[in-house]
Amino acid sequence: MSRRQLILLALLLLAACALPFLVSNYRTFQFTLALVYAIALLGLNMLTGYNGQISLGHGAFYAIGAYTAAILMDQYGVPYWATLPAAAVVCLVAGFLFGLPALRLQGLYLALATFALGVSLPALLKYHHLEKWTGGVQGIVIDKPEPPFGLPINADQWLYFFVLAVTVLMFVLAWNLLRGRMGRAMVAIRDHHIAAEAMGIDAAMVKSLTFGVSAMYTGIAGALGAIAIQYVAPDSFNFFLSIVFLVGIVVGGLASISGAIYGALFIQFVPNIADEISRAAPWAIFGIFLLGFVYLMPMGVASAVRLALVLARAQGAK
Amino acid sequence: MEAFLHQVLAGLATGGIYASLALALVMIYQATHLVNFAQGEMAMFATYFAWSLINAGMPYWPAFLLTVVFAFVLGVVIERIIIRPVENAPVLAVVVVFIALLVILNSVTGWIFTYTIKVFPSPFPAEPIFGRYITSHGGGAIGVTLVVLLLLYLFFRFTPLGLAMRAAAQNPASARLVGIRVGWMLALGWGLAAAVGGVAGMMVAPIVYLDPNMMGGVLLYAFAAALVGGIDNPAGAVFGGFLVGVLENLLGAFVIGNELKLAVALVLIIGVLVVRPSGFFGKVFVTRV
Amino acid sequence: MKLVPIAALLAVALASPAALAQKKYDPGADDKSIKIGNTNPYSGPASAYGTIGKAIGAYWKMVNEQGGVNGRMIEWISYDDGYSPPKTVEMARKLVEQDQVLLLFQTLGTPPNTAIHKYMNSKKVPQAFVATGATKWNDARNFPWTMGWQPNYQTEGRIYAEHILKNNPKAKIGVLYQNDDYGKDYLKGFRDGLGDRAASMIVKEVSYEVTDPTVDSQMVQLQASSADTFFNITTPKFAAQAIRKAYDTGWKPMHYLNNVSSSIGSVLKPAGLEKSAGLISTQYLKDPTDSQWANDPAVKAWAAFMKKYYPDGSLIQTENMYGYTVAQTLHQVLKQAGDNLTRANIMKQAASLKDFRPDTMLPGIRINTGGNDFAPIESEQLIRFSGERWERFGPIIGK
Repeated sequence: MSRRQLILLALLLLAACALPFLVSNYRTFQFTLALVYAIALLGLNMLTGYNGQISLGHGAFYAIGAYTAAILMDQYGVPYWATLPAAAVVCLVAGFLFGLPALRLQGLYLALATFALGVSLPALLKYHHLEKWTGGVQGIVIDKPEPPFGLPINADQWLYFFVLAVTVLMFVLAWNLLRGRMGRAMVAIRDHHIAAEAMGIDAAMVKSLTFGVSAMYTGIAGALGAIAIQYVAPDSFNFFLSIVFLVGIVVGGLASISGAIYGALFIQFVPNIADEISRAAPWAIFGIFLLGFVYLMPMGVASAVRLALVLARAQGAK
Repeated sequence: MEAFLHQVLAGLATGGIYASLALALVMIYQATHLVNFAQGEMAMFATYFAWSLINAGMPYWPAFLLTVVFAFVLGVVIERIIIRPVENAPVLAVVVVFIALLVILNSVTGWIFTYTIKVFPSPFPAEPIFGRYITSHGGGAIGVTLVVLLLLYLFFRFTPLGLAMRAAAQNPASARLVGIRVGWMLALGWGLAAAVGGVAGMMVAPIVYLDPNMMGGVLLYAFAAALVGGIDNPAGAVFGGFLVGVLENLLGAFVIGNELKLAVALVLIIGVLVVRPSGFFGKVFVTRV
Repeated sequence: MKLVPIAALLAVALASPAALAQKKYDPGADDKSIKIGNTNPYSGPASAYGTIGKAIGAYWKMVNEQGGVNGRMIEWISYDDGYSPPKTVEMARKLVEQDQVLLLFQTLGTPPNTAIHKYMNSKKVPQAFVATGATKWNDARNFPWTMGWQPNYQTEGRIYAEHILKNNPKAKIGVLYQNDDYGKDYLKGFRDGLGDRAASMIVKEVSYEVTDPTVDSQMVQLQASSADTFFNITTPKFAAQAIRKAYDTGWKPMHYLNNVSSSIGSVLKPAGLEKSAGLISTQYLKDPTDSQWANDPAVKAWAAFMKKYYPDGSLIQTENMYGYTVAQTLHQVLKQAGDNLTRANIMKQAASLKDFRPDTMLPGIRINTGGNDFAPIESEQLIRFSGERWERFGPIIGK
């Protein structure tokens, strides 16, 4: 990374830290949710953007992470920060185990398998034999985390910083992973499966691991989301959520880390904007926004930004 | 035993619903190699058009025919105006365009017609003529689906236009070389699929009642049905629809209970696909390196 | 000589009302307006209920045109939450923290309301007359800022159970229920009402999901069981399917239909009026599609209101009658609050409704709250469908 990029990132981080003191609690809450989505989208992007495996069911991993956190906090009194590693492990294993058999399927068939997962999980959450743990249709209510050590900030601000710290950590880890051998293997498999295998990459293992890591990221996001909303219920995790995630990574930019942030901002704020524009048919407005973004930036916001920067630099050089 | 038979027949009736929409999905796939997530909403929108005509006093069959034409034109227009700009974009971008279409159609329909359920008439008699386990409409709908399937088969196999469309889908470059206007073939394919979807909607609505969310649940099943039959095989899609309908009913009634029947049905289908990745009747493609 | 005392008396007399009628405001209320917040599912699978929010909005438009409440205009701010609890949390926070509304009114759905339950009580903002029939909203001690409105589902389930025990104690019962909080709440009340006979009397319980296209398979399962009594816990679209399928397969049970789907216009007519004959349900509102109320002044006033202020709204959807009636209830509370528009006083007035009877409620049903009684409507009337109209029978049940 160039020095200029590092300075830009530092400035961005500084702005992010200043945010909760400049805007209302409600806005801080909204940005906290946007950060949560960014982690989830990064997870999905790793799988779909970098590794070329489509998933129509990532909402399921988000739900698994959320319920893991909620059940641990509600039934076992686990402190909120300790639920994150737990959710991570559960989803890593779940994703890996799901990825193994799903490997045999490609393209549309993998889409169907993940779609089955996305559709089945809410049904499982409502299943009356599992009600003791999941709370069934009533869901689980959890408490809001308080700022530790008596810091002079309110609960919303503390939650924001907590989520921000986790986000930065997850992004740095992802950047490291994708830059290294694993990342190159993932992209190689996406671009030319057979050639990659011919070169000695264990495609089966890489794909399963990618599934696992991708699920882990989305699961951690789910846990954070549950803590932020303080409530989990099957209705929160229906199939539409998986579709929203897919929309997020496409709008943000596939195979791009910064794309996760653009996508998250889109899925968090554009529905609200659409609601303000038209109370009668807000989702139609959202759809129009979506069409606009895809027509103008078919490779996502991230690549449009990259292109703009390149052009600016070229202009500057003249 | 009677209960079993009854469930099978009920399953065939709902399966007919899935089959008709799955047919439309397969048709789009054959022409474009894409799964159109907005297919259900397009069918629903066409059905509302039919409802408006009938509500204004038009008798059933003229309204039916006019709606088929409307759906066809809608399909062509959507392909030309909305899909054309992204034909060279990455596949997922096109999928997102479909999703946008889905939410737009759903939201606009709800806004124009409200979300109250509406009764949609059936052209079939009210008394059950196939025995009391299947309504006349249920049986009639299955019949209509099979007739549409036959007409499509005849069209693609024995007409020059059908041949041109098949050529355009299979090998656009070569098709262009022999003078086929590939762009318009694509639009026609969309139009036909939309028309088939419109028929599906008009067959489904009398059973499930007309409301903007009518096709939401059906689309999930139709997608599974299309895949299990082989995504590029229309007859397979119809078979898949019936299979999914019957399987789901039998699982729900006798095996796992209603809460998990969809999940288990999907798991079974995936199991089949793991063993036979091209579905029951799909063609096996060999990719050259 | 007497002028000074008289002047003094007059001065005191004139000053007193001003001192007594002190205006007290919490955020969202001032001399000119009262801001009321709401979330409703205007999109998604529950969007049919979004008409309630629109009907209520139209009611406030009418009130404003007639001069407002105690001279203040009502500002109605309603957001879509798509029946998704995370969205409800976000919108509730927006209403309370950004829009600064005085109270939240008629937020819809049990999961959405559960998601904001603790928040509203910790922020001490009224979560008034929530649009769900769950039992948990009547908890004045732990959640003094939340209050329900409609008769709760468990009570209704119990009413049917008691009716069966009294009239057909040897009944074999089949139940169809929607697999969510609404369906399960009804089922619980029903089972509680049957007591320890529940296990032996209920021979078949089948569920369905809102995303299922039809409930035909479930109805076939019920018909194949030995049930001769049927408790139908379905929302309108599925209720119509169930009634029709039962008739078509020749199954003629004693059929109890939950109140949510009792509308003649939006359920029984689509199912087929002759197929719905003999249905038993309960009611607390006048069904505007029932011909017996065709000349009722209250129903005619409602129809005129719909035509003028909510012309897009359907005259056959009872949700529009529901919205109109519950809005009248808040209207009464606001009137009672007068110039003391603090949130605490809103809750106090909501908990002080004595024999309040909006004219669109059935004769004999009234609203009562007080002290720890946070359940406004607790009485219902059993009704039976004649093939043309709902006929009331038996006494008013409940308080």
